[in-house]
Amino acid sequence: MKEKINQILVEAKEKLSTIDSLKLLNDFRVEFLGKSGKVTGLLKGMKDVAPELRPQVGQAVNGLRVEIEALVGEVEANLKAQETALRFKNEAIDISLPGKAPELGTLHPITLVKNLLIDAFSSLGFQIYEGPEIETDKNNFQMLNIPEDHPARDMQDTFYITESILLRTHTSPGQVHVMTSTQPPIKVMCPGRVYRSDDDATHSPIFHQIEGLVVDKNISLCDLKGSLEEILKHVFGPQIKTRLRPSYFPFTEPSVEIDVSCFECGGKGCKLCKGTGWIEVLGAGMVNKNVLQNCGIDPEVYTGYAFGIGLERIAMLKYHIPDIRMFFDNDLRFVKQFK
Amino acid sequence: MRIPLSWLSEYVDISSVSVTKLQEKLFSCGFEVEEVIEVNKCVNKIVTCKILEKSRHPEADKLFVCKVDAGQYGVLQIVTNAVNVQVGNIVPVAVHGAVLADGTTIKNGKLRGVESFGMFCGGEEIGITDEYYDGASGDSVLIFHDEFELGQEVCDLLDIKDTVFDVTITANRPDCQSILGIAREVAALLGQPLKMPSTDYAVTDINTQDKVDVKILDTELCPRYMAAYVSDIKIEPSPKWMQKRLALMGIRAINNVVDITNYVLNEIGQPMHAFDYRELSGGEIVVRRANEGEKIVTLDEKEFDLDDSVLVICDESKPSALAGIMGGLGSGIKEDTQNIVFESAKFKRDNIRKTSKRLNQRSDSSARFEKGVDAYTTELGMKRALALIDQLGAGKVSATIIDRNTVSLERKVVTTSLAKINALLGIVVPQETVVSILENLDFECTLDGDTLTVTVPLYRDDVEGYPDLAEEIIRMYGYDHIDCQVLKNAQVTFGGRNTFQTKEQRAKDYLRLAGANEIITYSFISPRDYEAFGIDTTGLNLIRLKNPLGEDVSIMRTTLLPSIFATVVRNVNKKNTQGRIFEIAKVYLADSVPLTELPTENLTLCTAFFGPDEDFFTLKGVLEGLFEDLGLSKPAKFEVCQKPFLHPTRSASISVDGVELGYIGQVNPLICEKQGIDKPVYVAEIDFTKLVSFANKEIFVKTFSKFPAVERDLALVCDRELTHAQILETILSARVKTLTQVKLFDVYTGEHIAPDKKSLAYRLTFSSNEKTFDVEEVENFVRKILIKLDAIGVKLR
Repeated sequence: MKEKINQILVEAKEKLSTIDSLKLLNDFRVEFLGKSGKVTGLLKGMKDVAPELRPQVGQAVNGLRVEIEALVGEVEANLKAQETALRFKNEAIDISLPGKAPELGTLHPITLVKNLLIDAFSSLGFQIYEGPEIETDKNNFQMLNIPEDHPARDMQDTFYITESILLRTHTSPGQVHVMTSTQPPIKVMCPGRVYRSDDDATHSPIFHQIEGLVVDKNISLCDLKGSLEEILKHVFGPQIKTRLRPSYFPFTEPSVEIDVSCFECGGKGCKLCKGTGWIEVLGAGMVNKNVLQNCGIDPEVYTGYAFGIGLERIAMLKYHIPDIRMFFDNDLRFVKQFK
Repeated sequence: MRIPLSWLSEYVDISSVSVTKLQEKLFSCGFEVEEVIEVNKCVNKIVTCKILEKSRHPEADKLFVCKVDAGQYGVLQIVTNAVNVQVGNIVPVAVHGAVLADGTTIKNGKLRGVESFGMFCGGEEIGITDEYYDGASGDSVLIFHDEFELGQEVCDLLDIKDTVFDVTITANRPDCQSILGIAREVAALLGQPLKMPSTDYAVTDINTQDKVDVKILDTELCPRYMAAYVSDIKIEPSPKWMQKRLALMGIRAINNVVDITNYVLNEIGQPMHAFDYRELSGGEIVVRRANEGEKIVTLDEKEFDLDDSVLVICDESKPSALAGIMGGLGSGIKEDTQNIVFESAKFKRDNIRKTSKRLNQRSDSSARFEKGVDAYTTELGMKRALALIDQLGAGKVSATIIDRNTVSLERKVVTTSLAKINALLGIVVPQETVVSILENLDFECTLDGDTLTVTVPLYRDDVEGYPDLAEEIIRMYGYDHIDCQVLKNAQVTFGGRNTFQTKEQRAKDYLRLAGANEIITYSFISPRDYEAFGIDTTGLNLIRLKNPLGEDVSIMRTTLLPSIFATVVRNVNKKNTQGRIFEIAKVYLADSVPLTELPTENLTLCTAFFGPDEDFFTLKGVLEGLFEDLGLSKPAKFEVCQKPFLHPTRSASISVDGVELGYIGQVNPLICEKQGIDKPVYVAEIDFTKLVSFANKEIFVKTFSKFPAVERDLALVCDRELTHAQILETILSARVKTLTQVKLFDVYTGEHIAPDKKSLAYRLTFSSNEKTFDVEEVENFVRKILIKLDAIGVKLR
């Protein structure tokens, strides 16, 4: 009997070593461990064993079953691992193939720059007011301290619809709308289209500005410089510096131009800054007290600052856009680059 | 404004600063030097020489060979084609290594086999004209009429080099539109005294008022008018120093009297006019508005029809000058003029501007008046002109000047406090700095405690209150003193986009993620666009610009369609054959024209899809997605519609809750073909303001059933004309409450179906909060639905 047990073990080991699939393993299981399998068969031969030896033999047969089961388990684990490996191998993909998703669209560069500024000013507590593009002469000029005979009217070639109705030449009338309808504290920006009857390589009859206005007690030129420097850093990078220099706008006094240190060359002088190290980016100033007065705000109590930013200019600088006409040509090869 | 530094230095000592430093200082106080023009900077080694011999060139008919004595450069052989030079003449010669005004370098060389050691020069090569030296304007070799020493540098002898600043003057500083005006600023900047030009002159015993009578009939347009009679005029060329300065300003010298008027305009900033006394009939000067139908022929022989908006200077009967713009033909200075009347006046600037624009007639004088001339300068200009007459010996000045003045010559006084100025600037400027800056700028100051009382110079019309003074102080003190401070004293306010603005941005973001590219197009379109798209304009009240850049950009658009379609066409023509574009912009809707009040500006969304991957449903799907993303509280309805510019069987109106918002459809292929577009273009245009008014869905979570839902697929067959919308409506009309979703998942026409039929496959979902349905119940629901469908001719396939 013992010999038989050994023989079966040897046979089982031999057979197992040739098994290379789970199916064969199953056959093996039936052959050796099944109801009419070889190991079970041994138990059937127990009747021929002397009764006193039966427990011993029974133990030995059980031992054989356990051993073979263990061996089967081992082989099964191996085979499963192989099979899994094979499956993964077969399921291999070329991960460098392009992804499947709808092509992304784009926002216009003017919108991108506008959003950049809106987000920055929003965090300083500025709201957005979008006034009409078709304006009265009164709001576009007179209320802003530009009377009929003012030479500043020549600075801006105006599109007229009637004697007294025109296309706004700047977003500054937004100041008038806000100040005549709200009392301070005011912090507002007015983005939008503006119009001047100019059309050449550097001018478009339509372009975009953001007007900014703050009116409160104790607002000073230092606030103007500080706020705009923060914003311009947000747009052009934290390394830039700003510079104020005197200028003239009828609706501000004092009036300044704000330059940023050239973000291309860091101020050393290059083609972009025309060798000066500085780039002119916007006009600003302290709200002229006549304008405050015109809008019903007491200039003895309140002061404020205002600024106007040309969005095309900022976008041209930021994205290296060579020609203002590209903004309105809307060639897909241009607009698709703003992803 | 051109500022020759040699001229500037007559009024202020600039020897202590370099050109660059002066440029920087002017820049920092508000005067940008646009360009530094170096006049004749390169000219070198053009020297005087005397012609010793002149003979014909042995090989060339048109050339001569000269021997010249060039002083320290020795005796040189020069080959020339100049016929005008003769033995004994002193002429300029560019010797080996010389540089001409245009930058050319001259070298020794051979001309037709004969060696030449230089080149004779004319005025052009030296960079000068008659204003510098008589005879320099022609194109022949300049022959000096002075016995100059030989071998001397011509640029030193004639003093031809200069540095000229081209300075930008802002509109608030008309007082700086002159050399003297800039000199005042420079003097204040450098802390140097200002040397005023002389206004002294000797007089005769003639009184101007005995010779002319001046009447101002419109003091609003002519607030100040001064006239002075000058007798015994001797017309001759003005001296070279004056001519040279005019040349540097780009002005040709004419004669002494005319040159004086131009000189004063540039030096003092006061336009002057000189009348020939003989032409002032009746000895009268009348300043009045022109009569309707009156005419004038100006100096440049142009005739103008006048009306009462034009101010004219007249004698007793007729206009002899367009006030401030140009004199009349005949009244000007002639060779034989003996007596003149000088005019120095202040005219209202916007009237000059309007007249000049309307008549399309401009001059240096009108350009100056348009910027604004102050009454103080009017007097200074007159006195300076008379002093120059005296200095040049051009005539005899009468004892009196007629002055018709309505302008106060009282100096403005501004009383304010240092605290206010400092508060506006945000810094504390030292008291003594404030005073010295203002005093340097000719403001008289008294400081009493914190109270600052300032008397403003007469020429500073722009200074009215403390902010102006603050600006004067900070531009001189330096803007680099301003610190950065972010709204330290301001009250906290809520910032950011409001609900509408947020929705607008959300729509743009959605469309971007759906593959659409935002574009921006012009707000004006062509009246022909309406024709091209078959849009009837009656009742549209189109807003037309008075002064458009062209007819094709003359109408404020009432639809974005032409702009977006034109963008598609432009792109397709450039071989960008596929794309999705959109614009959210305003349309301009008037109740009536001409406008009497501001029109409605309505934000509109327009989008176009084109290319092989697009069809009606790709666009419709994106719109439906947009509506969902914006959160419409009611469903959008698409209904068949007819628009002249859309494909008649592929277009729909879009509405929400009975309110029409816009349309979607394929652009009428006939319109596309006219533009050479042979592939379909799909467009939609939606009133964005109205759309957002429906975008107010609020989210309240619904609980969901714990019992499984049952799905049932129905393959239906019906007539082709029947629409999905009708079938859906019919399914819903069965009012099966447990039907929670109906989803169309297939539409089929073709082989296995009759040609006039189509098949639609729907998946119906039934669910209940109370139980799981058994088969029979579901069959029941379906039967109810099929009965309804059967009634409109829809069968199970």
